[in-house]
Amino acid sequence: MPKENVAIKSENWRLNSHKDLNDLQKDIIESRDPNRLEVVVCHGTGCIANGSPKVSSAIRESLLGAGINVKLMPGIKTTGCHGFCSRGPLVIVRPHGFFYQRVTPKDAEEIVKKTLMEKQPVERLLYKNPKTGKTILTEKEIPFYSLQERIVLHNIGKVDPTDIKDSIASGGYQALAKALCSMSPEQVVKEVEKSGLRGRGGAGFPTGRKWRSALKAIEKKGYPAYVVVNGDEGDPGAFMDRTIMEGDPHAVLEGLIIGAYAIGAKQGYLYVRAEYPLAIKHLEIAMEQAREYGLLGENILNTGFSFDARINRGAGAFVCGESTALFTSIEGKAGNPRPKYVRSVEEGLWGKPTVLNNVETWANIPLVIEKGADWYSKIGVPKSTGTKVFSLVGKVNNVGLVEVPMGIPLVKIIEDIGGGVIGGENFKAVQTGGPSGGCIPYSLKDTPVDFDSLTKVGSMMGSGGMIVMDKHDCVVDIGRYFLRFLEEESCGKCIPCRLGLIRMRKILDGFSSGTGTKQDIDDLISLSQALQDGALCALGSSAPNPILTTLKYFNNEYLSHIENHKCPAGVCKELITYSINADKCTGCRSCARQCPKQCISGDKKKPHVINTENCIRCGICMETCKFEAVIVS
Amino acid sequence: MNIEGVKISEILERYPAKPEYLIFLLQDIQKQYGFISSETMEQICDRTGVPLTQAYSVATFYQSFRLEPKGEHEIKVCLGTACHLKGGPRIVNELERRLGVKAGETTSDMKFTFDTVNCLGACAIAPVIVIDEEYHPNMTAQKLEKQIKTLGQDMTEVSEVLGHA
Ligand SMILES: Cc1cc2nc3c(=O)[nH]c(=O)nc-3n(C[C@H](O)[C@H](O)[C@H](O)COP(=O)(O)O)c2cc1C
Ligand code: SF4
Ligand code: FES
Ligand code: FES
Repeated sequence: MPKENVAIKSENWRLNSHKDLNDLQKDIIESRDPNRLEVVVCHGTGCIANGSPKVSSAIRESLLGAGINVKLMPGIKTTGCHGFCSRGPLVIVRPHGFFYQRVTPKDAEEIVKKTLMEKQPVERLLYKNPKTGKTILTEKEIPFYSLQERIVLHNIGKVDPTDIKDSIASGGYQALAKALCSMSPEQVVKEVEKSGLRGRGGAGFPTGRKWRSALKAIEKKGYPAYVVVNGDEGDPGAFMDRTIMEGDPHAVLEGLIIGAYAIGAKQGYLYVRAEYPLAIKHLEIAMEQAREYGLLGENILNTGFSFDARINRGAGAFVCGESTALFTSIEGKAGNPRPKYVRSVEEGLWGKPTVLNNVETWANIPLVIEKGADWYSKIGVPKSTGTKVFSLVGKVNNVGLVEVPMGIPLVKIIEDIGGGVIGGENFKAVQTGGPSGGCIPYSLKDTPVDFDSLTKVGSMMGSGGMIVMDKHDCVVDIGRYFLRFLEEESCGKCIPCRLGLIRMRKILDGFSSGTGTKQDIDDLISLSQALQDGALCALGSSAPNPILTTLKYFNNEYLSHIENHKCPAGVCKELITYSINADKCTGCRSCARQCPKQCISGDKKKPHVINTENCIRCGICMETCKFEAVIVS
Repeated sequence: MNIEGVKISEILERYPAKPEYLIFLLQDIQKQYGFISSETMEQICDRTGVPLTQAYSVATFYQSFRLEPKGEHEIKVCLGTACHLKGGPRIVNELERRLGVKAGETTSDMKFTFDTVNCLGACAIAPVIVIDEEYHPNMTAQKLEKQIKTLGQDMTEVSEVLGHA
């Protein structure tokens, strides 16, 4: 990656005061030409998967081939996920801010010629508002972005996550300097308490209160104490924490160091899911750079405060996101939760007082400290302050990462930011909170998205997965999905969880194969009760949520499986049949070629038929047909 | 053992000889060799001072550890929530049918190891599969067929070349 070619005088020297940091920031900013062209290419996971690395190299090649004077050569910067993944690969040209979407390597030459040399936008790559048909020039004007409040994500898509100078230029480590140089640890804790910040990892526990309990535990037990980042992100439909760690690792680190200062911890741990190698790499680079600049390690900013941290890679166990399991995993053992008669803040890692917070929670800390609790607590609603990042996925037009103020009505996220459901109908349900959350039906579309309102409707905030379901998604199926997931991930330590989950899943299997009875519903409810009451950790005790909410809001759909042996959404294999609509079938034979059972027949260019006897209802024909001739009933 | 220039002793010495580094070592060994053999497991235990049975219970607790060698190509199908809704299970079924193995297993010719994963952070292009670290967006049975065929052919070409050499 070409770094900007600026000689910063403070290169390779330690920052020894807040003033040093300010000087460095000024230096970096001044050494940059604000009019210099810069091509920003999204290298978030979604865009990479869509081929953005090929786009950036194509642009680089075109630039080299265009014979531009080296001094005027535009920079190419790769960043973390910009959020609008469904329009990726994304390319933004600064300083104009032209926002190009669905860019392919073939477009590189035109971008170079038209935008970088002639300063004109490439019309066809611009975003077109599907509702108004109007072409939009810059990111700021696109509803997907303009309706969000991106404060935690503010750097992502702007800074190069592997260059600390880029972070410092955009205000990174200012909060740390403020805390260390002009606030006492007590003042830091007070500020966090006053901000109303609640944990973003799921349960919404007030962060300030957690830090306060840690201080109390330290008073009793003494040091050492630890601070830990929970980057295990186990929710199977979410990638917020990943994006933050990949796209702005310094924000997480800065938050962590501030937390360490607040409670007097000397050692920190970042527990990161094994499947996130890029996040691990970026955090490692960030830590190394922070050490070089005197922002991590011995005598930070020459204040006498020393703190260091290390990364622990997870090893593929969902339950390790749970606090006590996470601690045992860091200790090198199998991650089994333990009963919490003693809270994990008091007896955490190595049995010592430990503050464990989620990635996004930590990334909020610099904001709280730098801008102050008063500023922070004005965002959102009184009992859920600030913003929340969601991964908005499923059957919605604008799939990606969104950050909104707490308390925003659900429908606003789905319709206004998300652009509504693909195909234009209303959503059927929105699943929040992952395997511990629930399905919120369209009738509750105005539910404010904050901790307490979501709990009230039977779901929960969770870590921030938001999955939009449409009429083709079956609630029995999604319930089975989560139960199966939890069944595989249960550590098996306690009976209600180990056996209850299997039993519940089997009941749902019965529904989806048409052998369920109404009695089963009662059994499901009592099993749910047993899990809620008897499970040791929240994996088990919150597992019934997806089932209980769907039973409550989509009872008819369950009954239809039980009484009519029908799956209205057309998902549960044993209750559906595929057939071909003769009016639409062109006889192209593509389904017949794909059918693994060879049970589709017909003459070329004539309507085909499915032999339902051999059909295994794999659905490949429906997926293959370009004319929507295959119907499911 | 000495594969790709990294000696096992080099890996073992990366961390202090303490039990808490067991998982680090298992991960590094697996990254290097693709799996953890019984001999390396013993060496890890010698180094960290963790009893062998406990090391195995850790290695089997975490899903990411393999105690068997991996196939030449690794296919991972995302079954995160978004991919589940958009047809991930269909891809899993197809793969099971085509390869004749279940998720988590390796084909008998050691060509393919196939497994499922949760959300890869690319839900915008669900369903997603990853073949040898490369993402393949909006997967369908049709595309899958092509991919497997190309990989299969690659393999015959490679073995032909090797055979002639
Ligand atoms: C089974 C289970 C899995 C969890 N997974 C995660 C996770 O992946 N990430 C996370 O931040 N919190 C997770 N949690 C919540 C943590 O236990 C803990 O509450 C959280 O990390 C505290 O941070 P916060 O107060 O900043 O939210 C999980 C909890 C349970 C019971
Ligand atoms: S509730 Fe489940 S996951 Fe949690 S400790 Fe008990 S068995 Fe393990
Ligand atoms: S990965 Fe590029 S926008 Fe999300
Ligand atoms: S669910 Fe498959 S990439 Fe997110």
